[in-house]
Amino acid sequence: MGGAAAMRVDTVDTVIMLQGRGITRGIAEGEALVTTQTISGWGGVNPMTGTVIESRHELKGRSFAGKILVFPGGKGSSGWSAIFHMTRLAGTAPLAMVFTQMTPKVALGAVVMRIPAVTDLDRDPFGHVEDGDRVRVDGDRGEVTIWKGGCG
Amino acid sequence: MQLTAEERAMLDGAEGAATQKAMDLLVRYADALGAERFVETDNVAGVPGAAHGFLKDYYRDQGGDYNAIFSLFDLDSDEVVEVPRMKAFSCHLQGGMDPDLWREQGMSETAHDGFVYDEEQNAEHGVQLLKTCTPYVAGNVPAHGEHCAWMESSAVVYCNSVVGARTNTEGRESTSAAMLTKRIPYWGYHCPEYRHGQHAIAVEFPVGDVFEWGMLGYFVGQSVEDGIPVITGAISNPSLIRHKHFGAAAASSGGVELYHMVGITPEAPSAAAAFGPNLPEQHFVYDAAERRRIYETLNAVGECEDVDYVMLGCPHYSIEQIAHAAQLIEGRKVHENSALWVFTSRAVKAVADRNGHTKTLQDAGAYLMTDTCSAISQAIPEGTRVAALDSAKQVHYLPAMMDIEGWYGTTAECIDAACTGRWAGRLQ
Repeated sequence: MGGAAAMRVDTVDTVIMLQGRGITRGIAEGEALVTTQTISGWGGVNPMTGTVIESRHELKGRSFAGKILVFPGGKGSSGWSAIFHMTRLAGTAPLAMVFTQMTPKVALGAVVMRIPAVTDLDRDPFGHVEDGDRVRVDGDRGEVTIWKGGCG
Repeated sequence: MQLTAEERAMLDGAEGAATQKAMDLLVRYADALGAERFVETDNVAGVPGAAHGFLKDYYRDQGGDYNAIFSLFDLDSDEVVEVPRMKAFSCHLQGGMDPDLWREQGMSETAHDGFVYDEEQNAEHGVQLLKTCTPYVAGNVPAHGEHCAWMESSAVVYCNSVVGARTNTEGRESTSAAMLTKRIPYWGYHCPEYRHGQHAIAVEFPVGDVFEWGMLGYFVGQSVEDGIPVITGAISNPSLIRHKHFGAAAASSGGVELYHMVGITPEAPSAAAAFGPNLPEQHFVYDAAERRRIYETLNAVGECEDVDYVMLGCPHYSIEQIAHAAQLIEGRKVHENSALWVFTSRAVKAVADRNGHTKTLQDAGAYLMTDTCSAISQAIPEGTRVAALDSAKQVHYLPAMMDIEGWYGTTAECIDAACTGRWAGRLQ
């Protein structure tokens, strides 16, 4: 068990689409890693391994490498974009990001990671997506598609 | 986005490939933010071209030099371009080692060689080597209302709050691009409507000295996170060093980038002016109980009272603080079981040297170091297990980062710990 305990309000629908604003281009699809806690760069993640290292974080020890990271956004030092930039170089970057709190950190981070990212969603993503769901992030259209229960 | 003719020309390559790459990055960044235009800035502070082993190695095949790293990492370009002299007034924030005392910090010859090379390259490219987290103490005080592009959370909060200048918390790539273009997205704290207060903080316990201002800052950050507080009540003696400690603490415990202190900071002549059209969303009270809670939080990772290491100067000490520390330690010696490192900017150390403060500290067995700090450089004296700090920010970061214990107290308590090897700090 891990990750955020998102409300399970969608028990009938197996496919949910959220509409938002794509902030960086591209389309990516993969397994969701979900947290309702913001993530720090410096001191918060190890960019070489793509794991969360912050001692009191609910995702401590979990890896976002190759995952669709669903989180509120960034926090902490101004080195955030540079740390996440290094995950692209190290091959540990997330596939895409879905987030709710816009800041220069997360915007610049999405740009230099060169991954699709979507924000300003018409519904709260944390009420619809859970760890392990299959998620498609379309940065061109600003669409987030969620298949409940993972790969069907 | 709406681009001016000059911006369009830079984006089209009229000022060379590097400037074109920089504008391309800034346009992508502005689009991501949802900014509709740029603002011109001639005051940029970042860490251009900074390269540790991983980056030098990763870009080895493309030259691994300043030009390659600046092109490929800072500007996120797919090709190496020739990087010209920076167009904007550009400053380097803190760095990774003391330029003279790097051996004492445990740095390798290789790392030092890299440091020397990076400095030479930055100087050649027109970056001013302030090498401090406190550019506003070391020759760069922006004007009220000036649009800046700064990194470093403690510098950003000072710039916005104490000076009333305007900056977001920028990143490495955006500041490097701004150095070449003199542009940054017009978004967030550049916009007057974004700067109004959101939450009310009532200070009921008297806050007067640097120690108290730091704890209040830590409380404010915890309370409002990255919101904008409007603070009223029993605050006294506003000064550079008190604002410096307060802001750094608030930026660390939360992510405060702008605070208003009514009757003290320039955008808060009254609470009404500070809040503008906003009604306060949340109300917080700082009383004796909250003060004690903050003190205990800051001392939560202190257990053993044998102090191996005392660090002062987070953010970098001003000359007033160095003079005070020198006065406290004059005639005394750092205990054989302890160590004392004091950090400041190069500009301030130049005055400290002439005033004899550096010698006073050295005669006591302490070091006055520049450029960096223990958290940034991850340099602490060998064998350190317990540190004592007079900085709420440093105690927030250093113990967790270096897996050591940490105590928080007044500067006088820290100097006593350095000279006795024992922590005797108490909340009065």
